[in-house]
Amino acid sequence: MPVQMPDINLGLMLPEILVALLAMALLLLSAWYGKEGRGTIGWMSILGIGLTALAIMASGGSGETTFGGMFVDDQFSRFMKLLLCVSTALPLLISLNYVREHKMDGGEYYVITLFSMLGGMIMISSGDFVMLYLGLELMSLSIYVLAAFKRGDVKSSEAGLKYFILGSLASGILLYGISLIYGSFGSVSFIDVAQGITSAHGHLSPAVGLGMVMIIGGLSFKIAAAPFHMWAPDVYEGSPTSVTALMGVMPKVAAFAVLYRVLLIAFPGLHDQWGPLLQFMAVLSLAVGSFAAIAQTNIKRMLAYSAVGHIGFLLIGLATGTSDGYQSVLIYLTIYIFMNTGAFALVLILNQDGIGDNLTDFKGLAKKRPYLAMLMATFMFSMGGIPPLAGFIGKLYVFMAAVKAGMITIAIVGVLFSAVSAFYYLRVVKYMYFDEAESPFSMEVSATSQAVVVLSGIIMLVWGVFPGSLLAWTETTIRMFQ
Amino acid sequence: MLSLVTFLPLAGVLAIIIAARNNANTARYIALIVSLATFVLSLRLLFNFDTSTAAFQFMEESTWLPAFGITYRMGVDGISLPFVLLTTFLTPLCILASWESVQKMVKEYMIAFLALESFVIGVFCALDFILFYILWEAMLIPMFLLIGVWGGPNRVYAALKFFLYTLAGSVLMLIAIIVLKNTGGTFSIPDLMNAPLDFNLQVWLFLGFFISFAVKVPMWPFHTWLPDAHVEAPTGGSVILAGILLKMGAYGFLRFSIPMLPDASRYFVPLIFGLSLVGIVYTALVALMQKDLKKLIAYSSVSHMGFVTIGLFSFNQQGLEGGILQMINHGIVAGGLFLLVGVIYDRMHTREIAKFGGVVNVMPVYAVIFMLFTMAAVGLPGTNGFVGEFLILLGAFLANKAVAVVASTGLVLGAAYMLWLYKKVFFGIIHSEEVQALKDMNKRELAIFAPLIILIFWIGFYPGPFLEIMHTSVEQLLTQSHTIKAGTNAVAMY
Repeated sequence: MPVQMPDINLGLMLPEILVALLAMALLLLSAWYGKEGRGTIGWMSILGIGLTALAIMASGGSGETTFGGMFVDDQFSRFMKLLLCVSTALPLLISLNYVREHKMDGGEYYVITLFSMLGGMIMISSGDFVMLYLGLELMSLSIYVLAAFKRGDVKSSEAGLKYFILGSLASGILLYGISLIYGSFGSVSFIDVAQGITSAHGHLSPAVGLGMVMIIGGLSFKIAAAPFHMWAPDVYEGSPTSVTALMGVMPKVAAFAVLYRVLLIAFPGLHDQWGPLLQFMAVLSLAVGSFAAIAQTNIKRMLAYSAVGHIGFLLIGLATGTSDGYQSVLIYLTIYIFMNTGAFALVLILNQDGIGDNLTDFKGLAKKRPYLAMLMATFMFSMGGIPPLAGFIGKLYVFMAAVKAGMITIAIVGVLFSAVSAFYYLRVVKYMYFDEAESPFSMEVSATSQAVVVLSGIIMLVWGVFPGSLLAWTETTIRMFQ
Repeated sequence: MLSLVTFLPLAGVLAIIIAARNNANTARYIALIVSLATFVLSLRLLFNFDTSTAAFQFMEESTWLPAFGITYRMGVDGISLPFVLLTTFLTPLCILASWESVQKMVKEYMIAFLALESFVIGVFCALDFILFYILWEAMLIPMFLLIGVWGGPNRVYAALKFFLYTLAGSVLMLIAIIVLKNTGGTFSIPDLMNAPLDFNLQVWLFLGFFISFAVKVPMWPFHTWLPDAHVEAPTGGSVILAGILLKMGAYGFLRFSIPMLPDASRYFVPLIFGLSLVGIVYTALVALMQKDLKKLIAYSSVSHMGFVTIGLFSFNQQGLEGGILQMINHGIVAGGLFLLVGVIYDRMHTREIAKFGGVVNVMPVYAVIFMLFTMAAVGLPGTNGFVGEFLILLGAFLANKAVAVVASTGLVLGAAYMLWLYKKVFFGIIHSEEVQALKDMNKRELAIFAPLIILIFWIGFYPGPFLEIMHTSVEQLLTQSHTIKAGTNAVAMY
């Protein structure tokens, strides 16, 4: 049997190739540079991400595939990759100072970040389960390393190890699910699986259901949806704050993109099965996110639990199974990137004074640094879903989609939990505005951090009042799933 | 025009941020001028208002988020206009009252105050549900900061309680709004008033709205946030809370529950009457026991708002007009009383009733003004309180005699606690040096009360013009409330 070479169109992978080359070049350069000029590596990687974003924008997004359908370039992948670039570049921008001060700027910090972004891009463009797994592992392994990057710090090492062990377990579950699916249909391609499900006319073997549940479980670990969230608080707390900021957004963008691909392209025929499953996880995530965060005194842990809660809202949107719901998730996710990064930027800024990890470190910030406090309050109110900030718009569309899809009970549960979660966001505002200052807050705010914080703050306001552009953009993105 | 009135205060916020870098006085003057300008502009609304039609006037419409059916739509009718005016009228007074009493973070205080004014006016003008909801919730942020930053000793607790209580109430309204949109096909408030709705759905929606509005009014047993918030808030904040924010809940009943869900509203009349009566009597009794000036007035507010809800749900012209008028009255009187407490608090830094006594000897002018407001609160004929409460009781009597009888006991109790308060504070002999040293009101303070006093007597003797504004709109509301929207099935239930 002659070996058939699939038609390979490398042009579709231009952004990925760019990132890979950039990462390798920077690795060499950092060895070349030595100790001096390492900040340059950081800037070059950010610049490289910018170039990649341009390449993504220039790509067609026509739905073409290459490597025999393993790699897809469509409107959705374009949108998600841009989001991924933003969610990598913003945390990098705010952590330039932090990385230098904590002596983590040995070039490879940025290189590994770039590799994890590359993994995320491959995940987003995956057309079959093998590609998905490859991307996922590249991304995850890089982040495990980043989590343990502060070698001298026990907590950081612990976070890295914990993340690695639990992450490997999740990968194993994912792989097992994939093998069950392969066993049932004889193919790992999303499209083939979907066809197999349609042609079975409801007579599917239990292995398919089991495989699907395992795949969803494995991916849920990456987005830290309850009950797969256990790692998040410890890893968030232990990792260097700059890594936590990255971890809070970047892997979630990639994992959500993969969830879209798997659920909507491979398993659209099984919505009756995965819909309730996601609803269940959504409610559980909301409950964990709302109640567990109240008890936290460390802001990184609090934000970890709050992230679990936000994932709950995103899952509600996905569970609807309607294009409104899919769109609402993209809206929410985009907004979430900015508010989460904004909040972490504040933590990083305070970190320069050696404080900022505890909630009480924010005491009296409003009196000493009114503008920083105002921005932090904006992010907190936005996360709590208080209009006229963007976080409200995200929640509003999720609820609108849920009610339209007949999930009124879930929507009611959702709003009630969002009211509960408002409490711990308010507590941060309370510390900043109502309490007397305990620390001098003498830190300098670097121009890049300032730019990111102000940009995110403005976006919260602008998208809170005029989200029209975001709506239009996500709408065109989602059209291909109809 | 409406947008200008609504967003002028926000422009003032910008002006303060830009102009008043660290200068407290600049911030004060900008806030005062902007709020006065807003008031003057809103008066223009009043003069151009056509009382012969119940339709929404000064309508403004522009597309906002067409993909989701959300439009920027503003307009006022005879029901919302009085509240807009009340807001623009009270805000400059509050700013004047905070002139000297607020000394820390003056700039931020004025920013919060103007933002609050803007959002509240917007709530009364919004004719799109999402716009309404955004403003309704946005208002929580400045109020939260006002209580928490500039409030009394227990301010943190009060601010959090206020915020979470009202937020928890409102989120269910959001779901109700979305469900309404899915059945009615639009977020437009005027259109939804005519959309037919199944009875069962109406009941659920009513409950969704009810919790949100009942917390805001507040109706017993959802009132527990109010005493804390009122007592801890700075004077200006208390005035806005009592004078305007409480009205938003009742306005919600008027604007949404009654016209959009008429069948459910009639179905729930016993519930509303029951809660209102308990509220009137219970909180009046609680007020009798208070040791703190502000707390007493706070509880009296709950009692007075009980009258309002009875009036609104009596479903007749007298009750409804009385209810609306009484809201305006309460805004003036309770607002005035809080301002008066602020005057003495600025001097003595205490609100404990027992610490006073014999104040009439050192502050005669103050005593006279306080007397006027006490009389208005009690509902003495000739003051505005009488007109409102009389109309409400008349309406209640037509709707249900027993309710009217029980409600009128609230009047007696009201007279009891107000007069008791007056006696303790003003009469008797002076037994402390602090009281001996009190100085009477200055010109700035007198200027605050003069317009309030004029209104008390104007509405008391000649309420005609005020009732005329709302007359046609109330008539239309009555027709709407008597239409059966749910179709024939539900009619059998009556």
